[in-house]
Amino acid sequence: MKPAKANLEVFAETLLELAQRDKNILVLTTDSRGSAKLTRLGELLPDQLIEVGIAEQNLVGIAAGLASAGKKVFAVSPACFLTARAVEQIKNDVAYSDHPVKLVGISAGVSYGALGSTHHSLHDFAVLRAIHNVDIVTPADNFETQAAVRAAVCHPRPLYLRFGKRPMLDLHDPDSRFRVGEGITVREGTDLTFIAIGETVSPALSAATELETRGISCRLISMHTLRPLDEECLCKAACETRALITVEEHSVHGGLGEACAAVLMQRRLCLPFRVVGIPDEPTVTGSQLEILAHYGISAEGLVDIALRTLAS
Amino acid sequence: MLSDHALRLKSIEYRRKILTVIRSAQAGHTGGSLSCVDILNVLYNAVMNVGPENFGSPDRDRYVQSKGHSVEALYVVLADKGFFSQEELETLSKYRSHFVGHPTRKVPGIEHNTGALGHGLSFAVGQALAGKKDGRTYKVYVLLGDGELAEGSNWEASISAVNYGLDNLVVLVDRNGFQITGPTERVYPLEPLEDKFRAFGYAVRTVDGNNVADLRGALRQIPFEKERPSLILARTTKGKGISFMENMAAWHHRVPNDHEYSLAMRELECAEIQLKGEPQVER
Repeated sequence: MKPAKANLEVFAETLLELAQRDKNILVLTTDSRGSAKLTRLGELLPDQLIEVGIAEQNLVGIAAGLASAGKKVFAVSPACFLTARAVEQIKNDVAYSDHPVKLVGISAGVSYGALGSTHHSLHDFAVLRAIHNVDIVTPADNFETQAAVRAAVCHPRPLYLRFGKRPMLDLHDPDSRFRVGEGITVREGTDLTFIAIGETVSPALSAATELETRGISCRLISMHTLRPLDEECLCKAACETRALITVEEHSVHGGLGEACAAVLMQRRLCLPFRVVGIPDEPTVTGSQLEILAHYGISAEGLVDIALRTLAS
Repeated sequence: MLSDHALRLKSIEYRRKILTVIRSAQAGHTGGSLSCVDILNVLYNAVMNVGPENFGSPDRDRYVQSKGHSVEALYVVLADKGFFSQEELETLSKYRSHFVGHPTRKVPGIEHNTGALGHGLSFAVGQALAGKKDGRTYKVYVLLGDGELAEGSNWEASISAVNYGLDNLVVLVDRNGFQITGPTERVYPLEPLEDKFRAFGYAVRTVDGNNVADLRGALRQIPFEKERPSLILARTTKGKGISFMENMAAWHHRVPNDHEYSLAMRELECAEIQLKGEPQVER
């Protein structure tokens, strides 16, 4: 399988296509149209791309005001700034006030790699999960991205979309079904389940394929929607396989792993379980792939973690 | 259209209700509600095209109260406009009531949930920008407190309002000169405020914000300049109308006790009697 496009590029292409047909779609950027691949949208639809300057609080406040007047608003900014600098605006102006803004965090997780921790967003899931009324979607591949952007336009509630910028493998058939709140089973398996989100689904698939050659049958779920979490899909996997590993490009605190753990514990589903993410320490320096590999978020790393989890 | 005299009478009635509702809830922002209530009175009774009958219309005028803590003034005015009953308002601060101590959209007539300072202006910019995009003629009025101007987000939003040429946006600043700790110029000086707003590109007018005729006169001239947002620096008195509350930081969110309440009611009654005796001269 060869890499297709970056999800971010597919986001921008899909949004352009939708915006060309619907002038109520407005896209707001914080001097970030280039990084968000939205330059072309700005050239073709200048009235639908609004520059708010390097001012994330203002971005979210204006987005809420536009949404309150019936506009379909995509507020786009690097995830690290959008979900930290503007968190009070997200909490009050979007979530509490219930204006259905689509918040788009680009270059998320450790996409910015060697630019350092100022540019990493390893907190965004945790922060947004603790705020009522923001759905959270992180597509894994181009198919999920296109479907998620289409779904976002008419999503009735505030929504956070999170994208990385690395070209991603195609994981699904084009006729697969994507619904917000519904995990997608990428492959079936009976021994172990990987539940991964966003760009980590791809290495999890490589790990599952490698484990298969060693006689271990792995299920892989792309849990693109963190909220509302597909609890049925999770619990089914916990009942039908012997161990469960969650994988995310996020802090191990407050993200997918802890969300799954809480569901499993409260349903008394007990099985070998591992949360793979960025640990609670100063993040190692390096490129995105180097950082991820350092913490076991790579095909090799996940194979190793899977073997140890099954042996525990 | 109500006369200035009728508006002044209404302001007295509103002040009475503000104190009554605060006393009944045993909580509220007394000083700030009294300083801004004349602004709300003029907006809702003499300027804006909004009421319960057209609140769902995309063409309604919008009011955003960024200084959300002075919600009692807003509740009292909205009740008077018929958005909800006085009985509903009396549930303020009670268990399971939508009437909490800051505006929420669960209450009819409220555009946006505010209370955390420095949020209203960006939101209002968004509403005004949507109006421009859709070719609608509505205006967006946003009330800022002076203490909240320390929030940098106001200045981010100001740059946007001017950059987008939003002459359908009217920013009103309740310049009562006090914040919870004391006078703004001692706690965290803001002056020269008018120069700051002008430098950001607003078309600015300074008015007596407790004088309904002055307020109406300025609001009639909106927009002050084409393609520029208008800013009304409304010089007001915190605690206005009750002598012992005026210019006292202590009354920021103090609740009057029985004695203070009856003194305040008596002052308002005297003001009302005096006003009713004045000849009604229209400007």
